[in-house]
Amino acid sequence: MTPDPQSHPRLAPGCRLSENNQQRVLLMPERALRLNGPSLEIVERCDGKHTVQQIVSELQLIYSKAEPKKVESDILHYLARLNDQRAIDFA
Amino acid sequence: MNLRLFRSAARSLPSVLHQRRLPVKLEASRQIIVSSATSNPLALIAELTHRCPLHCVYCSNPLELQNRANELPADIWMRVFKEAVELGVMQADLTGGEPLARTDILELVQAARTAGLYVNLITSGLPLDEARLAKLIEAGLDHLQLSFQGAHEETANEISGTKSHAQKLRVLDWLKQVRVAVTLNFVIHRNNIDQIDQMLSIAESSSATRVEFANVQYYGWAFANRERLLPTRPQLDRSIETLKSAQERLRGKIRIEYVVPDYYAKYPKPCMGGWGRKLMLITPTGEALPCHAAQIIPGLQFENVKDRSLREIWETSAAFQKFRGEAWMQAPCKTCDRREQDFGGCRCQALLLVGDASVTDPVCSLAPTRNKVDAILAAGNNGAHSEQTLTKPDWLYRRNPA
Repeated sequence: MTPDPQSHPRLAPGCRLSENNQQRVLLMPERALRLNGPSLEIVERCDGKHTVQQIVSELQLIYSKAEPKKVESDILHYLARLNDQRAIDFA
Repeated sequence: MNLRLFRSAARSLPSVLHQRRLPVKLEASRQIIVSSATSNPLALIAELTHRCPLHCVYCSNPLELQNRANELPADIWMRVFKEAVELGVMQADLTGGEPLARTDILELVQAARTAGLYVNLITSGLPLDEARLAKLIEAGLDHLQLSFQGAHEETANEISGTKSHAQKLRVLDWLKQVRVAVTLNFVIHRNNIDQIDQMLSIAESSSATRVEFANVQYYGWAFANRERLLPTRPQLDRSIETLKSAQERLRGKIRIEYVVPDYYAKYPKPCMGGWGRKLMLITPTGEALPCHAAQIIPGLQFENVKDRSLREIWETSAAFQKFRGEAWMQAPCKTCDRREQDFGGCRCQALLLVGDASVTDPVCSLAPTRNKVDAILAAGNNGAHSEQTLTKPDWLYRRNPA
């Protein structure tokens, strides 16, 4: 499933950011994902306020050396994976 | 059977063990790093009590259950939670028995959360009402796992040895009103494996984002009832088909995980993610174990959290050292390419099936003792008793402590 650019991703119930061994982690049922760089930047923006489109635009600015289309497709892919894992919902 | 589609692991094995990479391939940045060489435990399984309103015929608790008078008091659990976080543990599974049988459960949830842990509660739901649920969430509960013994009142009540199913359906209604992660744990065996469609209906009408269909693993009470619990091969194949298509259909709505009975698997499960590698279990009396069933292995000495810190136990306890790493392995594990994937399988299963905890898990197709498992499967699939036990099982019910 490709996320709708106008939807607002947010962490699903029982999923939250935390720290472990000086690293940011996303805690969720039966799992923990270590986050850094772009994965952290994406998940931090899954706050129910940013739209998918805004997340893409902001990361395209941060990673201005990367091909913008590539940044976009990677983010959409990552958000879809997080949704499959039930770490995020699209509101 | 494609095991790769499914998680193959022990029941209630937290899958922080099965961290998956979610790669983001932004060229200007680093890849996500998921640590694979963790030297500290990631999850603490806190068996708060052996008391329970259910009498399940496959309970993973030991045959010898502890009574209330011997249970660790809250202040020791609070220290244990703090020590766990210092050791690098991320998640606590508050379980039992029935953890809600503890009158101080709110205090314990709050202490675990305050210490910095992700708090899972694994419950039958029987001692729950709407007000208590709200208080648990207020205390910091992250994730509630509700066990189900079947899809229908009659079979579920038969397995749990008590009237339990209707209350679980009420709990599902209350859970829709609150914000907490919900997992439904359907425990699967011969008598309910044909109800998976109806179980999926229950899940779809609930607020669960995750559903576990975990075949019974044969230890403790389940080992005693194994003949009556082991599904037949056609049953298992049908269930895998059903769940594969459900995984696709419910993608993005419900994450479905399936644990097959490892007697039918080609390779053993990486039991507990490897002995003394990722998990610590504390019994109601404070014994620190590398796995649920470790107490059945003769000659192991367990430390108690009343006497030692978690770090000391993790790093020096003889029981945790015993099967850690590879030095203990015999052929064929010793030189097997899979030894870093399944760590030789399950020590308790080796003991239960062939009387020696240090041999290759007999469920492994490479194990010299695999014929034991094949004989059990043959009896379960062809024997006269397979039909008989489908109709009238003679269960050994768990008897609960005071």
